[in-house]
Amino acid sequence: MNVFQLTTFQKDILKEIGNIGAGNAATSLSMLLGQKIDMLVPNVEIADFNEVIELVGGPEQPIVGLMFQIEGEITGVMAIVVEIEEAEYLVQKLTHNDQFLLSEQTDGTELEIAMSALSEIGNILTGSYLTALSDFTGMNLQPSVPHLGIDMAGAIMTIGLLEISQVTDYAIIIDTEIRQEEENHENIKGNFLFIPDPESFQKLFAKLGWN
Amino acid sequence: MTTTKTIVNVGIADTKTVRHPNTIRTLGLGSCIGTVLYDEKRGIAGLSHILLPDSSQARAANSNPMKYADTAIPQLLKMLQEQGARNIKAKMAGGAQMFQAGKGTSFMRIGDKNIEAVQEALRKLNIRIVSSDVGGNLGRTIEFDPETSRLSIRKRNHDIYTI
Repeated sequence: MNVFQLTTFQKDILKEIGNIGAGNAATSLSMLLGQKIDMLVPNVEIADFNEVIELVGGPEQPIVGLMFQIEGEITGVMAIVVEIEEAEYLVQKLTHNDQFLLSEQTDGTELEIAMSALSEIGNILTGSYLTALSDFTGMNLQPSVPHLGIDMAGAIMTIGLLEISQVTDYAIIIDTEIRQEEENHENIKGNFLFIPDPESFQKLFAKLGWN
Repeated sequence: MTTTKTIVNVGIADTKTVRHPNTIRTLGLGSCIGTVLYDEKRGIAGLSHILLPDSSQARAANSNPMKYADTAIPQLLKMLQEQGARNIKAKMAGGAQMFQAGKGTSFMRIGDKNIEAVQEALRKLNIRIVSSDVGGNLGRTIEFDPETSRLSIRKRNHDIYTI
């Protein structure tokens, strides 16, 4: 199978995966924050490495990235990407400290608490995404521990592409954006980038009965 | 007289060359390495942005040689020599460890392997590394000016410095 020529039908399956996974993750986040979270229609992209990084704002865009390796019957990478201010907002909400900011001056203990809060959010969201996906496909999927990085998007995202880069120069990405709109805090948004390994697509399509 | 300078952008797994007064840069290097080869006298330089150390580990045929240290560096040298560059020297930056190692797979330590692979590739070609800024745990944007042979480095929340 040439994964770089997805049929419309195959693309729709991948979109459905984004719908189901990120939908469940959005519900979890909504419960965690006690706020309504919306999900946008997933985007399925076949992108080279530079294009992947453009998807999250370009190589120099400062981001908070949570990276998980997916193991099991389907393997790949899940990246949750939010902007610095959005990560700050999430930490503020979870730690009930509305003064919290992620900067060079952030106190060490405070930073540690923030990092672990973000990692925990990542665990919950990735867990929800994969559980929904597992239920939908009947396939076993497990996330690794989270790898959290705060830096330029290029520097963070390339780590998630290393495994794939040994096989191909392109990635198929299921990109789903979730956002929360509140009166005094507009457009909190985050992206789930699910990047299955190339071999996983065949398994996925076979399992779902559309070969 | 005014001269317009162009900044040549090098993407991931890419290699390009430049002549003064133009400059060449690559953005957001993490565990990747940016290697500059340059001919100081003639003002010619090239930049390679590698992702992985070793092309023999590739699991696919016809892979892009500019992705690997062991294949990209010799190709970059060839490109420069074809443009008349001689007496070529090197500067390099990148190879950070972006995530805490811990229980992660070997990929979490890829930065160190990339550094070693670039150094080895340069050693084999007898190219001297004039200066380098590698390792650490921060991403880098780098820009080389063939006119001055300076490589400027920018990290998030840090002032620009040159090597």
